[in-house]
Amino acid sequence: MAKDEFKEFRLVGTRPDRPDGLDKVTGRARYGADISAPGMLWGAVVRSPHAHARIVSIDTSRAEALEGVKAVVTRADFPTGLTGEDWDLQENTMAGERALYDGHAVAAVAATSKLRAEEAARLIDVTYEVLPHVIDVDDAIKPDAPVIREGAADATVPEGMPPNVVRYMEFGHGNVEAGFAEADLVREGHYKTEATHQGYIEPHACLGQLGGDGKGEMWVCTQGQWFIRKMCAGVLGLDAAQLRVTPSEIGGGFGGKTTIFMEPLSLALSRKAGGKPVKIVMTRSEVLRATGPTASASMDVRIGMKKDGTLTAARAEFRMQGGAFPGSPVDMALYCAFAPYKLDHVAHVGYDVLANRPKCAAYRAPGSPMGAFAVESLIDEMCRELGLDPMEVRLKNAVREGDRASYGPKFASIGLVETLEATRAHPNLAEPLGPNQGRGVASGYWFNHNGETSVSLAISEDGTAQVSIGTPDIGGSRASIALMTAETLGIPYEDVRVNVVETGALGVNEPTHGSRATFASGKAAVLAAGQAITEMCRRAAAEWGIEPEAVEWVDGAAQPAGPNAGKFPPMSIAEIAGKMGETGGPISGHHESVPEGVGASFGCHVVDVEVDPETGRVTILRYLVVQDAGRAIHPAYVEGQYQGGAAQGIGWALNEAYIYDDKGRLQNPVFLDYRVPVASDLPMIDTVIVEVPNPGHPYGVRGVGETGITPPLPAIANAIQDATGARLRALPMNPPAVLAALKAARGA
Amino acid sequence: MRYHTPSSFEDAARLAAQAQGLTRFLAGGTDVLVQMRAGMVQPDDLIDLKKIPGVGDITRTDEGGWRIGVAVPGAALSAHDALRAEWPGVVEGMDLVGSVQIQGRATLTGNLCNGSPAADSVPGLVAAGATVEITGPEGTRTAPVAEIPAGPGKTSLQAGEVISAILLPPRGAHGGDAYLRFIPRTEMDIAVVGCAVNLRLSGDTVAEAQVALGAVAPVIRLVPEAAEAIIGTTLDEAALQALDAAARAACSPIDDKRGTVAFRTEVAGVLARRAALIAYGRAKGDTA
Repeated sequence: MAKDEFKEFRLVGTRPDRPDGLDKVTGRARYGADISAPGMLWGAVVRSPHAHARIVSIDTSRAEALEGVKAVVTRADFPTGLTGEDWDLQENTMAGERALYDGHAVAAVAATSKLRAEEAARLIDVTYEVLPHVIDVDDAIKPDAPVIREGAADATVPEGMPPNVVRYMEFGHGNVEAGFAEADLVREGHYKTEATHQGYIEPHACLGQLGGDGKGEMWVCTQGQWFIRKMCAGVLGLDAAQLRVTPSEIGGGFGGKTTIFMEPLSLALSRKAGGKPVKIVMTRSEVLRATGPTASASMDVRIGMKKDGTLTAARAEFRMQGGAFPGSPVDMALYCAFAPYKLDHVAHVGYDVLANRPKCAAYRAPGSPMGAFAVESLIDEMCRELGLDPMEVRLKNAVREGDRASYGPKFASIGLVETLEATRAHPNLAEPLGPNQGRGVASGYWFNHNGETSVSLAISEDGTAQVSIGTPDIGGSRASIALMTAETLGIPYEDVRVNVVETGALGVNEPTHGSRATFASGKAAVLAAGQAITEMCRRAAAEWGIEPEAVEWVDGAAQPAGPNAGKFPPMSIAEIAGKMGETGGPISGHHESVPEGVGASFGCHVVDVEVDPETGRVTILRYLVVQDAGRAIHPAYVEGQYQGGAAQGIGWALNEAYIYDDKGRLQNPVFLDYRVPVASDLPMIDTVIVEVPNPGHPYGVRGVGETGITPPLPAIANAIQDATGARLRALPMNPPAVLAALKAARGA
Repeated sequence: MRYHTPSSFEDAARLAAQAQGLTRFLAGGTDVLVQMRAGMVQPDDLIDLKKIPGVGDITRTDEGGWRIGVAVPGAALSAHDALRAEWPGVVEGMDLVGSVQIQGRATLTGNLCNGSPAADSVPGLVAAGATVEITGPEGTRTAPVAEIPAGPGKTSLQAGEVISAILLPPRGAHGGDAYLRFIPRTEMDIAVVGCAVNLRLSGDTVAEAQVALGAVAPVIRLVPEAAEAIIGTTLDEAALQALDAAARAACSPIDDKRGTVAFRTEVAGVLARRAALIAYGRAKGDTA
């Protein structure tokens, strides 16, 4: 499909009700905690109250003596000898020799009721020897910092690095020093961002069952049932195929439900309790203390700019801690940091650092928001210094198709210029601003992702279609996949049912992550529908006695392709399906691949803020998200993704943070004090869907879930400076921080 | 745990006096039930006051003030036009507590007895000069609301004593009150600083005033120095600056996850000025 081709679609681009809507508004939808089974036990987890401590002993005798307690597990119940990510997952699931963060699981218990399990957990006596701990990434990278784990560094780390550096990277192209020499202005900035949590509404919940024969089942709230299967099997030493994992409906994930936390504990408890199913539902405090927030970052950026705004060179050095395990998204942060800009000279340096915090998980465009905060803030500062319009500077330096990306490869079809032009044309930019009000602009980027994908489609006897997909529906993907399938088959949207199926029903699927579900499962569904269409044309051809190639599929029916093919009335899908038993059996389609043709997505946000000069409180007056969707299959859900990304980014920018005391204990593990924005904090977020179709997808889809969280962090910092003259280079920009910056700026 | 539903405050006080272990009174339950669910409190005796006749009523007192039952929820206060017209600061303080759902249950008395230095409804009551009627083993007594908080999570009530009503004094002419709190969000949060101002005008001049601060000390605090800073003034800029300084001087807050010492102290002065201006406007007849 050529980039500029414009095609009218019957269904793609419309906004029907979502197929799961009625169940969700009536409460019928079954989420993780809604699943129960006969004979079920409840699990509870004992967690370390220390940031870093040696586990001297665990006495489970009092818990085991309690009536109704059926199993207690500690690390001793898990297999030994694991390596790499399997070991990391096992160690995070259940602490071994040491507890590595506040909330780290050290034991678990299963009992006949939830209250009994909680009581038993309180009766498990753990003796700790408290060790020195480190929380902040800049402290953790000091040579004399408490060592989280000896020998955790991989081969990328040069000799002589501080012991908590476990991964190191350098990459780039051109000659940055030569590039800086060409600039009229070279500026450098130091920026910090705090760890934040995805804040999904639904806490983690699972029901696991595992027998002594190594066969098991799990019902779980997850973004990826095959990841749950693979990781649980790895941690417990099971054969993956013996574990059958069924995903529940999911109340938000944002990347945080692409890995395991307490799931292996339910299986281990079940096995020890003679195969009785064990349900574990996390509390909000457990979610905040012991699941996977994002990394915190310390970043240095240096940029060279000519007087006309042309960028000449850029260098970034990022340090990120992702908890007590390797895996902070410092690489992704660096890849995305300068992605919107055409740069001949660019250099990146990254450090992945361990600290006594929970193991980070993916969070919506992992790494990209931090990098954008540093880079987009500094570019804004330089535009102000040179008196340049930040929109014009972004357009002047914007990457286009064929340009070399800052992180190496050549860009295929992208829509950054179109996005920036649509932003510039939006009426929000002409709104007048009053006293203490300011406007900020920032760009953002996410690659989008394909991943292992397997989809099956089956035509029913009445001509309706069912699609089996392996990507849980977080953001409306059942609706978009039903739209594309129905469009392709030429049947009504309502005639397609899309089911998210268990691991036994399809080949391996990666989770719904990387904004991939509508791209990858959607593309696979369209290709599977194409197979079914080919088969239906063949059946019609056989009945008509003509060549299959002489039959075409139009508006949900087979028909002769032109007058030479013969004169037969169209044969509808219902007609063909109704006699499938006599014409060769079931009609289906299947596709599995790692779909090629991922389309990257750029966005640009414009925010207007008002700052209370006496309290430092920031009010969001107006917020605009402009982003390239490729094509919006269901525009309402695309807008929802744009708004949701902006809302999470606003929270990250203004108030959200992991707050630790001097003992390394998390101080705000409840939503009262972990301050995500509430609905009344935000204006209606304006959206513009730019459509530069992705030629790699049959309907032009790029993926829309992640880019939207990236620009808010710098856009708000830029708006605060516009309003007050004060520049904040650390998050969160909460009232105490803003008030202090205002006072400093006034004093200066 | 034993659950009791006495039909009079005398019975409630007797039950509490006889109880051996941990006792909690239950009105709206928006603190007690949450604390029980979170495992923070496991009472041996739970005494539900909602079956006592009259606990849901708001009535005019003989003196011309108001008697507010211990189970009157925030939503009922906000819906009471006459009360809101006379004591808008008291009502808006309670209205800031929790969500719409919480407002259907949460009570002034419960907010007071929870003992939080950040309780939103208490500064307004303190500034208004409200009193509580207390029923105990020795009979009934009254005490100023300001004397009930005794530190975070603590009250000055004795064993066997239970608050049986909150009493607001007659509003009188030319009076106005206001409560403001600072939170980083717009709702569903706990006050980082709270300030209530109640005043009465003589012409354009402040004749009487009371200023109460929340979340800047272990208890919600009446600040006479702040009141003196505006009494006898027309709330001109100099008076407001003096009020600001006096409010700041009264602060002895802590650094915690919700705010810093420096921030709380500075914002206490800001809120005192802003609340005073609103109260002044209301005393002049503003209805906002």
